[in-house]
Amino acid sequence: MDQSTRDLSVGSWPAGLTRVPYWVYRDPEVARDEQSRVFEGPVWNYLCLEADIPETGDFRASFIGTMPVVVARTEDGSIAAFENRCVHRGAMICLEDGGRVKDFHCVYHAWRYDLSGNLKSIAFRHGVNGQGGMPADFRMEDHRPRKVRITTLHGLVFGTLADDAPDIETYIGPEITARVRRVLHKKVEVIGRFTQALPNNWKLYMENVRDTYHASLLHLFFTTFRITRLSQGGGVLVSENGVAHASATRGAPPQHDTSYAGIRSDDQGFQLSDPTFMNGRNEFGDDIQLQILTVFPGFVLQQINNCLAIRQTLPRGVDRMDLHWTYIGFADDPPDLRAMRLKQANLVGPAGYVSMEDGCVGGFVQRGIASADEELSVVEMGGGAADSQDTRATEASVRGFWKAYRSVMGF
Amino acid sequence: MGDAETLFRLSGLNAAYAATIDADRLEDWPGFFLERCIYKVTTAENFARGYAAGIIFADNRAMLADRVVALRGANIYERQRYRHVVGMPVLGPTEDGVIVAETSFVIVRTMRDGQMELFAAGVYRDRVREDADGVLRFAERIVVCDSQRFDTLVAIPL
Repeated sequence: MDQSTRDLSVGSWPAGLTRVPYWVYRDPEVARDEQSRVFEGPVWNYLCLEADIPETGDFRASFIGTMPVVVARTEDGSIAAFENRCVHRGAMICLEDGGRVKDFHCVYHAWRYDLSGNLKSIAFRHGVNGQGGMPADFRMEDHRPRKVRITTLHGLVFGTLADDAPDIETYIGPEITARVRRVLHKKVEVIGRFTQALPNNWKLYMENVRDTYHASLLHLFFTTFRITRLSQGGGVLVSENGVAHASATRGAPPQHDTSYAGIRSDDQGFQLSDPTFMNGRNEFGDDIQLQILTVFPGFVLQQINNCLAIRQTLPRGVDRMDLHWTYIGFADDPPDLRAMRLKQANLVGPAGYVSMEDGCVGGFVQRGIASADEELSVVEMGGGAADSQDTRATEASVRGFWKAYRSVMGF
Repeated sequence: MGDAETLFRLSGLNAAYAATIDADRLEDWPGFFLERCIYKVTTAENFARGYAAGIIFADNRAMLADRVVALRGANIYERQRYRHVVGMPVLGPTEDGVIVAETSFVIVRTMRDGQMELFAAGVYRDRVREDADGVLRFAERIVVCDSQRFDTLVAIPL
């Protein structure tokens, strides 16, 4: 996109992908537009795992941006999803995060829905003693919560409200599809769920996840213990449309690496008294130690050695977001590998040696830009394109995020 | 040990544990545990469902010491402090000298800029026994938080 194609009340956006205006993280009108143009637009939103809803009647409450949705396994084994909003007066139909039901009842006036979200009955539809009730011509089939189109990818359930969303593999591209399959290659099992409330706009978090440049600089834990350093092998894949990315750290770090000399995160005096938890197992049959993968708008799949997790990014107002963590293992994990996952989970989540800093840093930006609506951030490491690169000293996949974002927002 | 004495000693242990964290004497915190121990921070929902993962998980005291070293020397977070309020332990059956107890807690967090909030509430599910010197230490402390939602970060142990 060469120029802003929309008239912005808050400011303009220079051409190219290397500058991002700070109003985009602060403006309430932009946040409102994102709900309709991004989350309810031609994108695929991660909703839950197939493993969350294996049997008929199993459901999981989730979100598409701020829209509450219910995802359920129906009688014929397919997955259905619909807006969690009663067509009568708008109350939430489903109040639990998950469980198993025969059907759904709105608690307000007991309107009843089947597992696909079709309205099936209305309490006192014909009134009482011949009085009251709905008009005779009221047709239940004309009223139903918005339906969400579902697709699955290696056990992940995605939903869209747009008829024109491409199929998921086209959406994320063949290379990223292969990287999803690489991790989720067999039946998964949930081993924990946590929510981390972050004091920043959701886009700051998604940029952070795609930012391969920061990881070994902000996170001393990574660098010092040589879990990932930019001087290790690896790189970043970015899909053609910018929608998806996968970064990888490969192999072992060089023995005598001086490229970090003088940088705060290279504190060689720091040692673990129990280093065994970093003695992971090579379970994916390649040399990728760490892979972070995202799908626009808010999905993250993480493999840090044996620590596997899914993160769902949800906006909660212009300067708040929730990050829903689902820690996973495989159903056939041997006990020692499962134990290793539990130990390595110390790296991630709200108390993670690594993730706690990602939790903070978005807030540092959000506070730093409090009066910077006229200013621009610089996203120029590795050039100006959103292309795949054989280095992680780049911001190519951050630019990919903005490529996808500007395309659906019309900026 | 009679129940009254057990309660008295456990209450003292809990009070000392809380005071150690609240006074930022984190280097002393691993010492409340036996060398082989379990310390886990999880949520009521995960606990009820039998999900094994925690946001903090250690199966030995060295891992607890490592967490303190990381907090002091590696991790970046804004200065903050906790104030624990710990309830009276509810005793379960004693098994082979291991005291089983549940104790409610509330933690108020105060940030660098003075902002205070109710940060966590829940129950400590503990297994406690005497070490070789007769000092009560945690063989297991599962911190079960009532909420599944954590604000920004849990840096300091609960």
